[in-house]
Amino acid sequence: MKELRAHAGFPIAPAYGPEDLAGVDFERDIGRPGEYPFTRGIHKHMYRERLWTMRQYIGFGTPEETNARFKYLMAHGQDALNVAFDLPTQLGLDSDDAKAEGEVGRVGMAVDTLADMEAAFDGIPLDRVSVSLTINGMAAPITAMYYAVAEKQGAAPERVVTTPQNDILKEFIARGTWIYPVDPSLRLVADLIEFSARHYPRSNPVSVCGYHIREAGCTTAQEMAYGLAIAAAYVELMLARGMAVDDFAPRISFNFTAWGKIFEEVAKFRAGRRLYARMLRERFQASNPRSWMFRSLIGGGGSAFAVQEPENNIVRGAYIALAGALAGAQTMALPTYDEAYTIPSPKAQLIALRTMQICAEESGAADTADPLAGSYYVEALTTAMEKQILDELARVERMGGIVEAVKSGAVQAEVARQAYLFEQRIVSGEIPKVAVNCHVGDRPAEADRDVELYSFDPSATEAQVAKLARIRAERDDGVARAALDRLADEARGSANLMYPIMEAVKAYATLGEMAHAMKRVFGEHQEAVRL
Amino acid sequence: MRVLIAKPGLDGHDRGAKVVAHALRDAGIEVIYSGLKRTPEEIVQEAIQEDVDVVGLSILSGAHMLLARRVLDGLRAQDAADIAVVVGGTIPPRDVESLKRLGVQDVFPMGTPLPEIVKAFRRAERPGGEG
Repeated sequence: MKELRAHAGFPIAPAYGPEDLAGVDFERDIGRPGEYPFTRGIHKHMYRERLWTMRQYIGFGTPEETNARFKYLMAHGQDALNVAFDLPTQLGLDSDDAKAEGEVGRVGMAVDTLADMEAAFDGIPLDRVSVSLTINGMAAPITAMYYAVAEKQGAAPERVVTTPQNDILKEFIARGTWIYPVDPSLRLVADLIEFSARHYPRSNPVSVCGYHIREAGCTTAQEMAYGLAIAAAYVELMLARGMAVDDFAPRISFNFTAWGKIFEEVAKFRAGRRLYARMLRERFQASNPRSWMFRSLIGGGGSAFAVQEPENNIVRGAYIALAGALAGAQTMALPTYDEAYTIPSPKAQLIALRTMQICAEESGAADTADPLAGSYYVEALTTAMEKQILDELARVERMGGIVEAVKSGAVQAEVARQAYLFEQRIVSGEIPKVAVNCHVGDRPAEADRDVELYSFDPSATEAQVAKLARIRAERDDGVARAALDRLADEARGSANLMYPIMEAVKAYATLGEMAHAMKRVFGEHQEAVRL
Repeated sequence: MRVLIAKPGLDGHDRGAKVVAHALRDAGIEVIYSGLKRTPEEIVQEAIQEDVDVVGLSILSGAHMLLARRVLDGLRAQDAADIAVVVGGTIPPRDVESLKRLGVQDVFPMGTPLPEIVKAFRRAERPGGEG
């Protein structure tokens, strides 16, 4: 019989039975849904009370174009937004910066000033819609713009629900939109968490992402282990500022993938919830049960998809949605079938949304909490996954902890090594991929190209640059300059930078100006290039 | 044979670049990896200084036409047009031919099998290389 392994590396037996549950204590390890240690999910009745939030990742071109696509999806039943920003915005470069040439509005929407965020959310009530902002190095100024738009709309701060990603450690490991060195970058993360906890109590000021690290090539167990290690690093950062753990931990959220082997994915989340609850309660002494809850967006994983016969990705997306539902997701987002080719078409976005809706409404996966609990296989997998995650956490400790491992590049090198091992397993056929390395059809390659390609419109860049010039000309330059000077001054000290950033935002200082003011003080990150 | 794997522009996705770098190294090729966010000018300088046979550009942001042109122009301007340039990443089918017309020797769009990529690098070795 062929040997099979989980993506985490441990072997999978052809059958499981009661003997595989030896050592599992029901009350201690599994418990009930909505109860510590939350192995079975964070809510007692899960989706019977509230379905997962559907939050497709969208953004391209100008804020005005993105606003139109937001409204299209909301008209079809999407209940929350997840904003993609272009690379210049993510890196703190204005649209007219020489380094931004060719990149404005490409992979997300361009934001230069508060005026752009006003346009993006025009007609969208920010006291009623929850919005994720996929922004990290520039999370502080972009979230400040979001809060300023909410304020202008008259939204009460306690009704504003936003989730800036604000997870810079995973950017250093996997996604690459770092700007400043590690320590000042972490200070900005903490400034935003602290400011939001004080003034915007329902916002989720950090979303810890295993997702991108997995997409960069790590294993399932590493995805969870690195995510937990990063979350612990942020908790320690806030404790060091003198905040009480229960003052911010209830608003920490997560973003993870669910592609691959369905039962392994479910086990990963069950083990992760258990480990997180124990970490917050036992190690960090949190006493509010909400602090113990691993709340996660589950979905994603464009690397699950293939470029060959792209329609097959619709089927893969349905399995990801199923895995996410069985795993107890609070929020879901799916890659679109055309993701390898293009910025998603409206049709592809709608199919992804419909996939989640069909899973929620028709499949029965949402009928009861943690439906796989008690399965010999899934409980044994959950135990095996927990052990593997703990092993990976111990490896991180041997690297000096996650922050040191990021600075030295050790964790980045490990992720790259795993990506190469994974690719070799694809090439060898050990990891099967239909129409890629098995059941390869004789369909001509041209047939694969029958996807509607997004036509990037260069005039969008011109419009964005013209708007930026107009805002710069119209604003009170003295006020903007004074705010930027204050930001640079305070960056030299240790005060919370969200206050001067809010001031600069409201004076229509540009993102590039704010980024530059901080760069003068913080300097730039030098990547530890290791293969 | 020496190769520079480079990440031009602002794109931070380096999985593909690093996987290809590992595969080339396993095939006995000497590999230099630039790290993220290099400008085309920096890449041209590094390629010349390191005397590589091939520059492999990895671009997943959609800015491949502009960035590839800059690198090719830079190499020509420095009398280093004998260094081959190949491009991999999220390259839509319609841009593959356009990149080749610019002077890119090979293009590896999404889904190109790793062994094919290694073979293409081998083909791009400059005459007189030690093989």
